[in-house]
Amino acid sequence: MTSSGGGAIGGPALKVGIDLVSVAAVEDSLRIHAERYLRRVYTSRELCDCVTSSGAPDARRLAARFAAKEATLKLLRDGDQAVPWREIGVRSDRYGRPSVELAGSAAALARRRGIDSIEVSLTHEGPFAAAVVIASVPEAR
Amino acid sequence: MTDDPRPTIRSVLNERAGIPVDVDTLDDDADLFAAGMTSHASVNLMLALEDAFNLEFPDRMLTRGVFSSVSAIAAAITELSATDAVLPPDGGSR
Repeated sequence: MTSSGGGAIGGPALKVGIDLVSVAAVEDSLRIHAERYLRRVYTSRELCDCVTSSGAPDARRLAARFAAKEATLKLLRDGDQAVPWREIGVRSDRYGRPSVELAGSAAALARRRGIDSIEVSLTHEGPFAAAVVIASVPEAR
Repeated sequence: MTDDPRPTIRSVLNERAGIPVDVDTLDDDADLFAAGMTSHASVNLMLALEDAFNLEFPDRMLTRGVFSSVSAIAAAITELSATDAVLPPDGGSR
């Protein structure tokens, strides 16, 4: 991967996506729509990764993952393609390091753009959660 | 369902879309995202519309454009209401 600011002519370039989500908004969705909200938006892996010590959905972690989905959409879309939220998932490894997993139409968009992998960073502090994603894409000649 | 879905759409928008202005002051074609609706709020909007119209938005309609204005939402609901996307009275599998 080249450094930010673009690579050599004809080489790869970097694409970046960012998004910010209100934790309270996720809490409202959990209160109002509960299981339907979780099932339509998050992967089964995300639902396993985002629970509190009591086993309840963790709004802060869910908010960070929603931010990652939207940041990834900003990176992938070059139009207004339909991409279900659950086709973009965040998986945490045993050390808590996140990675992005794509399926279905999201994976197809990534292939079309020549994106092999997406790096992601998540954070949450106080009322907000945020995500940044970055990927190397072949530069158009 | 009534013939014109727009009054119900506007009611749902005012209750669930988190738009910081009265949606009734916006034109049918006004951009709801430009008016302050967030991406996450569009999820709540979709789920609330499904409740209000007893239907389910299929994956192919999960675009930004479908939820971008009152008229765009109305067109989607009109299309779905003419298909089997409308759920049975017990809510189906949703």
